[in-house]
Amino acid sequence: MLELVDVRKSFGPIEILHGIDFALHAGEVHALIGENGAGKSTIMKILGGFLAPTSGAVRLDGAPAPYTTGAQAEAAGVVVIHQEFNLAPDLTVTENIWLGRELGGLFLDHRAMRAGAQALLDQLDSPIRPEARIRDLPVSDRQMVEIAKALSRNARVLIMDEPSAVLTHREVEVLFRQIERLRAQGVALLYTSHRLEEITRLADRLTVLRDGAVVRRAGRGELTEDGMATAMVGRDLQDIYPPKRHHAGSVALEVRGFCVPPLVRDVSFTLRRGEVLGISGLVGSGRTELAEGLVGLRPATGEILRHGVPVVLGSVREAAAHGMAYLTEDRKEHGLLLDKNLTENLTLSTLARFGSPFIKAAREEEALTKAIGDFDIRAPRRDMKVGNLSGGNQQKLLLAKTMLGDPEVVIIDEPTRGIDVGTKSQIYAFIDALAAEGRSVVVISSDMPEILGLSDRVLVMRHGRLAGELEGARVTETDVVRLVMGTQETETETETGTPATGTPATGTPATGTPDTAATRASGSASHV
Amino acid sequence: MSDLTRSDTTRPSLAARLPGLSALGPLLALVLLVALGAYLNDNFLSAGNVTNVLARSAFIGMIAVGMTFVITSGGLDLSVGSMAAFIAGVMILAMNALLPMMGVGLPLILAGMAIALGAGLLAGLGNGLLVTKARIEPFIVTLGTMGIFRSLVTWLADGGTISLDFGVRQFYRPVYYSGLFGIAWPIIVFAIVAIAGQVVMRHTRFGRYCEAIGSNDKVALYSAVNVERIRLMTYVLLGLLVGLATIMYVPRLGSASGSTGMLWELEAIAAVIIGGTALKGGYGRVWGTVIGVLILSLIDNILILADLVSPYLNGTIQGVIIVLAVVLQRSKSSA
Repeated sequence: MLELVDVRKSFGPIEILHGIDFALHAGEVHALIGENGAGKSTIMKILGGFLAPTSGAVRLDGAPAPYTTGAQAEAAGVVVIHQEFNLAPDLTVTENIWLGRELGGLFLDHRAMRAGAQALLDQLDSPIRPEARIRDLPVSDRQMVEIAKALSRNARVLIMDEPSAVLTHREVEVLFRQIERLRAQGVALLYTSHRLEEITRLADRLTVLRDGAVVRRAGRGELTEDGMATAMVGRDLQDIYPPKRHHAGSVALEVRGFCVPPLVRDVSFTLRRGEVLGISGLVGSGRTELAEGLVGLRPATGEILRHGVPVVLGSVREAAAHGMAYLTEDRKEHGLLLDKNLTENLTLSTLARFGSPFIKAAREEEALTKAIGDFDIRAPRRDMKVGNLSGGNQQKLLLAKTMLGDPEVVIIDEPTRGIDVGTKSQIYAFIDALAAEGRSVVVISSDMPEILGLSDRVLVMRHGRLAGELEGARVTETDVVRLVMGTQETETETETGTPATGTPATGTPATGTPDTAATRASGSASHV
Repeated sequence: MSDLTRSDTTRPSLAARLPGLSALGPLLALVLLVALGAYLNDNFLSAGNVTNVLARSAFIGMIAVGMTFVITSGGLDLSVGSMAAFIAGVMILAMNALLPMMGVGLPLILAGMAIALGAGLLAGLGNGLLVTKARIEPFIVTLGTMGIFRSLVTWLADGGTISLDFGVRQFYRPVYYSGLFGIAWPIIVFAIVAIAGQVVMRHTRFGRYCEAIGSNDKVALYSAVNVERIRLMTYVLLGLLVGLATIMYVPRLGSASGSTGMLWELEAIAAVIIGGTALKGGYGRVWGTVIGVLILSLIDNILILADLVSPYLNGTIQGVIIVLAVVLQRSKSSA
């Protein structure tokens, strides 16, 4: 019904989809799986009319798709339910469902719209009141409203981006019943999820993506969950990773019973000099929150010992004073001043070293020259805005900025997100060199090969806790994926009623915050 | 906003130190205004008129320099006009009260100045603490304090005017009317404030941090900048400069009332914007602010000297120029 023919997509010089052929059929659930950054979101955006392919065709019913925007796609019956919800928080459920297609003439027909909304919610077995404001609803209810809204559009093609990620088990059941009902009605469905058991249950057809290419297609029952995981991550570690030859020295950092409310609970680990420690886990599992808690960016409790001495790190400044630095995953929003030049960005966190009371411009220039050389930053002009640099060069600059403070412990969050393979390899070499110098490096990454290729030791986080620690020969992809996905513990989760993945805090008392955690998670996932 | 203008901190060569064309806009406008003024009225370039224009610019100018730092770091202060009136009232009352003890003389004037600066510091500290600690929008905080200061001075004056004792006024007068080498004191002080402001903005950590915070306060926070403290300091600095402006202003009239400093906040903000500082923060240009102040004063002056347009239309022309400046800024940033 809706298909992609040899679709390629490039952002700038980087091609992220390499000739995708993909088709949705009426009355079928087609599951699309792959790691973060494999290209799922991009494919969904192209299908839904939000992005245009660089080359290739989108075809609806055999003809070129008659839409170039999301709104036109909806009119053509292709509806996308986004991970980040498209609901107006201050409007009611009814108002949201009918937004843009309100009933009535000059005056709105409130009664008909309310009745329509109620009918849709009844269909979904949902107790949500049509007059409730979206702002007051928990995330799972908002997801239900999104689904009701899509149903009201009489969708022929429904594209669902991890709809179950924020739902509880009971709600997932309702969702599945609706999906099955829509399938029976002949709707073509695209479904994505990190929970492989859902794929097994729902999908009539399965496509596995890796690095922007289709690596596996399968029909119902052809692939086991382990087979899916292997297909998702299964690749040889390429030689873009430096050989591991680190000699772990004395303990540089010890963390005991560390909590970053509301997500991260009771995390303890040690970090040695000259070691690269990988932290794996799904987006939203609390990795970033842990790191930000450690360097004083978030209120946290627990003990931090540097070289065996307890320290209190209430701010980035205090963390820096104790030789700890954090390199953010969000270089555009938290890392660099995009409308400032290279120098001002490079020296921002260590400005006191460049003269007081007056900043010595010559010394800053010297530092930039050195950074450009050391980190191979390629900028056409030294005084250009950092926002105009490529992602790779921005990341190198951010690394240079962080290392200017000469930290002993460096926490690098998603070191290579949105960066081409060549630059990745360079950044891996830098990380390796840092460890070789006797610094301790923590690498947080959603990129499994990266974790495996770089780390001497791997911590896996799930639901804000440490799910396991793997070292040396035990660090294999399958082990890490199992811990990340929690496939070993599915049964216990079913008992406690905790959602399997993606929403670590939904089951906790702090119901106000998973919202933001989930939004952040989905935002960063789509960023790739 | 262009790369070229910012390169003056990064490239030592003279060629790069010259501001870019877009930055020259306000300067060009100023030159045109001067030419227009000279063409329309022979007296325009006389020493008396120039001194008059500059001296009147000085009060708003000093405040606008402080405002440049507040706006650059992403803040705003609407309370400066009422704050000036309030400080003037407090200063005059304090000096009158101290008169029997200290008598007319330098110590009394110095005490009054110290009180003005202290009151400015406290007022700025109050604004700053409400913005940084209580985390209230700067617009709301200073809208509130604007009303508070204005009502306090009216209350202190009991609805009328607070006047400095005549003897003291005679002694204090030279601070506004006299000067050094023929240059009036307010002009000298304004020049010092402007030059110091420019140096602080361009060549110190404080200035750099203000720009960083206004550009993206998250990035600043992640970069180990003490965001709250820098923000607080911008409001305190502005408070001190309002105090300083009041010190120069009081000897001019020797009184304060509920209408003292009326709309100064708008003139100061307008000067900052005309000068090329981004209202959303992130980029500050102190010398631009000085030019902005001069442009506003010159328009006023030319309308009074020349019979071309009614002086009552002063506000209209100033308003058009403010809007025009922002439109030009936007086309620059989108280019």
